[in-house]
Amino acid sequence: MNESTGHPLVEFRDVHKRFGSLVVLDGINLKIASGESIVIIGASGSGKSVLLKHIVGLLKPDEGEVWFDGQRIDTMGERQLMEIRKQCGFLFQMGALFDSLTVGENIGFPIQEHTHKSAAEVRRIVAQRLAMVGLPGIEGKMPAELSGGQRKRVALARAIALEPRIILYDEPTTGLDPIRADVINELILKLHRELHTTSVTVTHDMNSAFKVAQRIVMLHEGKLIVDAAPHEIQNIQDPIVRRFVLGEADERELAALQ
Amino acid sequence: MSVALIEEVGRRTNDALAAFGDFWRFFGRTLINMGPAWLRWRYFRQVIPQMYDVGTRSVPVVALTGAFIGMVLAVESYSQFKAIGQEARMGAVINVSVIKQIGPVLAAVMLAGRVGCALTAELGTMNVTEQLDALRVMGADPVRVLVVPRFIACVLLTPLLTVYSDVLGVLGGWLIAVKSLGIPEAPYWRFSALGVDNWQIFEGLIKSIFFGAAIALIGCYKGFTCGSGASGVGRACTESFVASFIAIIVMNFFFAQVSKDWYIALYGVVSIFGA
Repeated sequence: MNESTGHPLVEFRDVHKRFGSLVVLDGINLKIASGESIVIIGASGSGKSVLLKHIVGLLKPDEGEVWFDGQRIDTMGERQLMEIRKQCGFLFQMGALFDSLTVGENIGFPIQEHTHKSAAEVRRIVAQRLAMVGLPGIEGKMPAELSGGQRKRVALARAIALEPRIILYDEPTTGLDPIRADVINELILKLHRELHTTSVTVTHDMNSAFKVAQRIVMLHEGKLIVDAAPHEIQNIQDPIVRRFVLGEADERELAALQ
Repeated sequence: MSVALIEEVGRRTNDALAAFGDFWRFFGRTLINMGPAWLRWRYFRQVIPQMYDVGTRSVPVVALTGAFIGMVLAVESYSQFKAIGQEARMGAVINVSVIKQIGPVLAAVMLAGRVGCALTAELGTMNVTEQLDALRVMGADPVRVLVVPRFIACVLLTPLLTVYSDVLGVLGGWLIAVKSLGIPEAPYWRFSALGVDNWQIFEGLIKSIFFGAAIALIGCYKGFTCGSGASGVGRACTESFVASFIAIIVMNFFFAQVSKDWYIALYGVVSIFGA
């Protein structure tokens, strides 16, 4: 709970979302407290990213309410949402770095957009953020020259440029080898420690989930079916959860391969 | 069966109308976001690389097509005019065609292909790689950051490129008619001047401003609304070119009609065959 105001930082109240006839979110209720590190797990295509995008108003629910720091945001226009979004850092699945800008310009973009800092000051912040993600001195490179892991780290440096209150990670370790994935996990923990941010991580990588989570929720067929601490997850007997945690296909899926 | 058909027709009509409305809202958002681009150097600075891309790099193709169209007009019309012994009057026909219609329309069509498709491909790729979402999350309106500079560049530079297309078309016609087919220089230009007045020149230039606006808006809109994946971007590029092409041709017809009506109301009919 947010101590000063007594309400959660993010709250979903009975959120429903459909794309055409496909029901993606079917009555989601979730509270995320300030300073918490929560991980949302679920199969590919289960709507985890959709849920994440509701927090910053990139998607609006068909029914239900989304609250951020005591303000209802699903009814806000783009201009009002700007104030909310300034407090959020979002790490996109593929990084979403701007191809036409250098690494330095990418990280400096949100700073120049929202503050009146001098060019020298922006450069200083950019260099400091790059050092934080372990890639000092690559300001002049273009995103195309970077490896997948480097792109994610640069994207992370951009997400934390404005010292956000909450960082949203959309599958931060997908597409990386186990060692680079662990680097990202360590970074998430480090940022959580050093910047005292709230973090919401969407992933289907259980190693990553166990490492960064204080709390794990699981999304299945539009509903949250688990809400537990990482050590409790291991003991849950529900077959859907067990199979996901252990990474085992069910009999029906195996039969389809015969 | 029939109910499904009616439902399908209804749904498609609905979708088409929604997309049309959405396009005009997109246009409105672009206009609203224009103000800061003119007033603040920080924003206007982003227009300059776009101008280079839209303008400077389009000059060769626009000039080349313009020149060859002028030349082909001379080749095609020569025998008919020669048969009635009026070949010197060809200058008026060639140059009116080039200045009023072919120059502006051809320049716009070349730009729809060269610039419009590139805009769709660029913004569409940004869309499918979540770069547009990234802009929005960082509190920056993608319309202001991406669309407005491209829109301004297209609107300012399409008329300039039309001038290139016009000039090269006139020179191309002259090269074939006078230098190759041997029509005497002085009467060729005298009849040309009779046919082409300021009205014709400015009609071509003014409509090219609207062509430029259509190319930029359609190109950007298709990029912003493209489907997912490489196939989505590819399809959006095709749609963008086809839609821009149709918009140019249809707008051109209405410009011709309105301009003709006003011209006759103001000056009456001026014939290239009567003095």
